[in-house]
Amino acid sequence: MKNIAISSAATLCMLANTAFAETEITLWHGMGGALGEAVNDIAEGFNASQNEYAITPVFKGTYEETLTAGIAAFRAGEQPNIIQVFDAGAATVIAAQGATIPVQDLLEANGVDFDIEDYISGLRYFFADADGKMIGMPFNSSSPIMYYNMQALEAAGVTAPVTWEEFETVTAPALKDAGYVALSQSHLPWIFVENFMSRHDLPFATNNNGYDGVDGTEILVNIDPLKAHFTALIEWQDEGYFEWFGTGWNDNQTPFENGDVAIWLGSSGSFGGLSKLDLDFDFSATVLPYWEAVTTEPKQTFIGGAALFAMSGQSDEENAATAAFFQYLTSPEVQYMWHRETGYVPVTEAAYELATADGHYGRFPAAEIGIQQLSLDASENTRGYRMGFYVQIRDVMNREFGRILTGETSVSDAFNIIEADSNELLSRFAQTQN
Amino acid sequence: MKRAGFATRWLPILLLLPQLAIIAVFFYWPAAQAVQSSFYLEDPFGFGSSFVGFENYTHLAGSSEYARIAKFTLLFTILVTFFSLALALLLAVKADNVIRGARTYRTLLMWVYAVAPPVAGFIGLLMLNQTWGPLAELSKTFGWDFKLGVNFGDTASAMVLVAVWKQVPVNFIFFLSGLQSIPKSVREAALIDAKSSFRRFWDVTFPLLAPTGFFLLIINITYALFDTFGVVDVLVKGEPGNNPMTLVYKIYVDGFRGNDIGGSSAQSVILMVLVLALTIFQFRLVERRIHYT
Repeated sequence: MKNIAISSAATLCMLANTAFAETEITLWHGMGGALGEAVNDIAEGFNASQNEYAITPVFKGTYEETLTAGIAAFRAGEQPNIIQVFDAGAATVIAAQGATIPVQDLLEANGVDFDIEDYISGLRYFFADADGKMIGMPFNSSSPIMYYNMQALEAAGVTAPVTWEEFETVTAPALKDAGYVALSQSHLPWIFVENFMSRHDLPFATNNNGYDGVDGTEILVNIDPLKAHFTALIEWQDEGYFEWFGTGWNDNQTPFENGDVAIWLGSSGSFGGLSKLDLDFDFSATVLPYWEAVTTEPKQTFIGGAALFAMSGQSDEENAATAAFFQYLTSPEVQYMWHRETGYVPVTEAAYELATADGHYGRFPAAEIGIQQLSLDASENTRGYRMGFYVQIRDVMNREFGRILTGETSVSDAFNIIEADSNELLSRFAQTQN
Repeated sequence: MKRAGFATRWLPILLLLPQLAIIAVFFYWPAAQAVQSSFYLEDPFGFGSSFVGFENYTHLAGSSEYARIAKFTLLFTILVTFFSLALALLLAVKADNVIRGARTYRTLLMWVYAVAPPVAGFIGLLMLNQTWGPLAELSKTFGWDFKLGVNFGDTASAMVLVAVWKQVPVNFIFFLSGLQSIPKSVREAALIDAKSSFRRFWDVTFPLLAPTGFFLLIINITYALFDTFGVVDVLVKGEPGNNPMTLVYKIYVDGFRGNDIGGSSAQSVILMVLVLALTIFQFRLVERRIHYT
């Protein structure tokens, strides 16, 4: 009893000591469940790795809620040191230049070596400015990839389709005969618009995909290849090759997990979750198909997921702590752990090499697909896109695509509305920037 | 008769101050802010902004999507109000006639009142789940392939269903107490005049319930317009998509999800005006014609 009292007193003293000695910083993120636990593991690892700084991760809800909480906190002068912002919110946070410190500047100011070439090719410029300076640190980076039920494909006597033409003429009919719905997907704007653009090397918006400024930026989605793709989707839906289960992510993933759907387009970051499930079949993955009619040289895709931004208005000591955390976060060991546990791609080449050397991809070939797809040939159209009010633009797309797939509207009407509504949102956003 | 009064003029004002302060801080101040923001387009982080006059309003007036949402909200409000009131009245009349075990029966009917709107929405979500929801299965046996989150009409029906289910107990409580306050002598007199219980209800009971009914009408319209937010939010699962939504939910989507402060402020102002009109309607027309006993 006495011992317990002494030891707890000692612990209290130690706690008090560390509290005085350490610079404390906070990280607001939108990673729930198992992903949130992985974030906590990283934070604990960082806190244990040194005794100058301590980071506290705080879960703030969905990506949208996290960004809104960060904005409200910034306006009240109570912002966290680091905030996680997702792909669709990138334009909002990067346009507000006084709100964040570019991660490249932060690291260099605190004596941390930084070379953008250390990062995986497809990750470098999505959260960078027009000059290629990295503003946000890519964190949970993913890309849409194609998962498939190996037994289903075997039963149908087909392999994973390389092109959509192959899917349409060979894969889908065979899978239908074998009793499967061939295809479902979990995020129409992300997979069938944004990454359709990069995969097929098509420009997504004027002004260099929006990187050159908000004034006059217009979306370029009202184009034949995209309309043809959605027309094909309706045909596939009628044929029983494709099924859409609503805008919710899980509603479309569940039928794949249940073995009703043979091919599911999801996030490379879904790998960790899928492999932890007790599925009735083996699954594997490969890169996204492309339309041969559109391009014969498919390119890499955009990164999805989110990046960490260092918020401004903090003391030098706290900024030093943030820089130290970023340095820890991007170390190959931490990145490999994050990659292994969650399925998100490692952000640096060094971490990728470490995972390869450790034999991770020999054990789980599907885990490598995201990085492979992000390391394919790049072009001007694959850097990323920068469009304001993009959360609403995605909502407009989801709304119109839902109407297309439930027969409420035609493909050409829907794309006319998407173009008009998006351009109005873009011009409204441009007006907020004066 | 002796009139009670305050010795000084300042004491009543002093006693009212806390309440006035609360109203000022939590209503007038935000309302004024919303009116002001509705004339600007502002950077979410507060760095830049442009004065745009009535552009946020004209944008809404010209938006076919906003018109569609307004139309849905109107239909939703009518359906929810009608069914909540009608079902509650039916249940109250029946419960009023029950003699044995009346208390248990009534308590069971009121139970749902304790369920919070998001929880009600969540229960709806489970019952109507695409793959295994019991209600979705049931609808399939009737040849209705119910698809929550896919089909606009199905999702709208689910919203009405859950919103009505949640509101019926409140109306039930009011209707039942209204019924029980009808004097026994009046009922007995009616019994002599009309043999048909149907006629007795429409000629005697229903008019006597009118004050309760009109009060509930206003309460239910407000409920359908505003308090169903939690139900809508849970049923669309955070992704508006092609799902129906109400005007209040649209404010949330634009303001809190999309960070369009000017646009969502303009929508809030429109709703404030709507509520003002509803309140005036209530006081000027309804209160004057209904005689409370």
